[in-house]
Amino acid sequence: MGDLKAMAEENIIELERVDAGYPGAVILKDVSFAIRRGEVFILLGGSGCGKSTIMKHMIGLNPILAGRLTVAGMEWGRRTRAALCRKIGVMYQSGALFGSMTCLENVMLPLEEFTRMKQTERRARAMALLKDVEMGDAADKLPSEISGGMRKRAAIARAMALDPEVVFLDEPSAGLDPITSSALDDLILRLKEETRKTFVVVTHELPSIFKIADRAAMFDKARHGLIALGAPQELKDGSDDPFVRKFFNRGEA
Amino acid sequence: MGFFNSLGCATMAWLRSAHASLAFLGESVVCAMTAIVRPRQFRFGDFLLAFQRATFDGLPITTGIGFLLGVILAFQSAAALQQFGVEVYISDLLTIALFRELGPLVTAIILAGRSGSAFAAEIGIMKVNEELDALTTMGLPPVRFLVLPRVMAAILSMPILTIFAELAGLIGGAIILDVMRVPTPVFWGHVTATATVFMITLGLTKGAIFGMLVGLIGCSAGMRARQTSDGVGTAATSAVVGSIVAIAVTDGVLAVLCYTWGI
Repeated sequence: MGDLKAMAEENIIELERVDAGYPGAVILKDVSFAIRRGEVFILLGGSGCGKSTIMKHMIGLNPILAGRLTVAGMEWGRRTRAALCRKIGVMYQSGALFGSMTCLENVMLPLEEFTRMKQTERRARAMALLKDVEMGDAADKLPSEISGGMRKRAAIARAMALDPEVVFLDEPSAGLDPITSSALDDLILRLKEETRKTFVVVTHELPSIFKIADRAAMFDKARHGLIALGAPQELKDGSDDPFVRKFFNRGEA
Repeated sequence: MGFFNSLGCATMAWLRSAHASLAFLGESVVCAMTAIVRPRQFRFGDFLLAFQRATFDGLPITTGIGFLLGVILAFQSAAALQQFGVEVYISDLLTIALFRELGPLVTAIILAGRSGSAFAAEIGIMKVNEELDALTTMGLPPVRFLVLPRVMAAILSMPILTIFAELAGLIGGAIILDVMRVPTPVFWGHVTATATVFMITLGLTKGAIFGMLVGLIGCSAGMRARQTSDGVGTAATSAVVGSIVAIAVTDGVLAVLCYTWGI
């Protein structure tokens, strides 16, 4: 706990003794860790361990059951919601692009709602973001006309439209072939280098974890809590926990 | 023990549902008020699209059903009135029935089947695809973004659809009466003598109220759709059933009020 406070200046997200889950169903208990500014932080664990649930708490979709969770120094609440929504960008597992809008319109939407930019400025900014994620050629296509990987790229562009401090990515590799998945990892690394933003990624894809993560937090369904925290290679080589060793050795203890 | 357990669970489920409905209604009212104060917040493009789908795409079926309704009403009432040789009064009956009651009622049921289910399915699919979550995390209230344009479209489309259904019903009745040797000018003379501005306004106001119910219940069903394979289908079904029940109950209440107030 003392460590958390000492690092408060450089921490963008802090969890102190958080119980995660839904009313009547605690999935993770007494979770404490912090995510530093500018790092790629992975939430990992087996299926159903609560990694997506804890991300939903971080992005303000569900309230935490107990403890304290701050994003950029603020707790989610009625008064802070508007400010916090500007500080985060989220790419959902399916992309969650609005089906009736083109990729360009999807990226322009937050700019239209939250900035005083003129139409031409919005268009130029959205095009620049789409080109950044190598989606310039598909700007005028509907989400139904592009592949899953392209949808995720466009969703990343939308998530970054308002220049947020933290970008959350929910299972970016899910449903993608290894080549597309690896290209998406390269994109995340490039964006991290270019923008110095914090990326919080929910995944259990080992190649992605080793390629992009600075640090990772690992959760276990059976123990309802955080079981490991650190750089992926350290966790793989140095952990005494049988579950962590088994996870990183692809099921071999 | 089993009975009391089931009763308790059912009561809690009902209370949760009632709480969610009230919260949804409250949020819708707040969003509508905000849109009045700040019109820029109203998604006019989405409203136009929903209005076009509800009104213009629904016009053929509404007009067709209205026409058949007029034909059936004229036929059925003719069986009784012909015995007294007063077929001409079928036009009076048709006018009152269509303008006061059946025009808005039947149009609202068609709107519930076409647009109410469509609203629930569209929003339900958006929920399954996490688009509602995306709106929420972007700081855009889904009610303002998705519900308000659709409810406004349903409210404004109802009077237009109702007028077309009523006129089609009268044309259907006129054709049947013409077959029964009641001249069309006589039919229209009776219609214009019976119909009052108040009667027509009452019917159209009822239509707008029914439209609001269809819009709210359809969107609410979509927002509460379960994220399962059958969630969207169930939401669409509950939108239609809920709308029809709400329309019938509201119509009954309005009929009692009109009778009590002598209007």
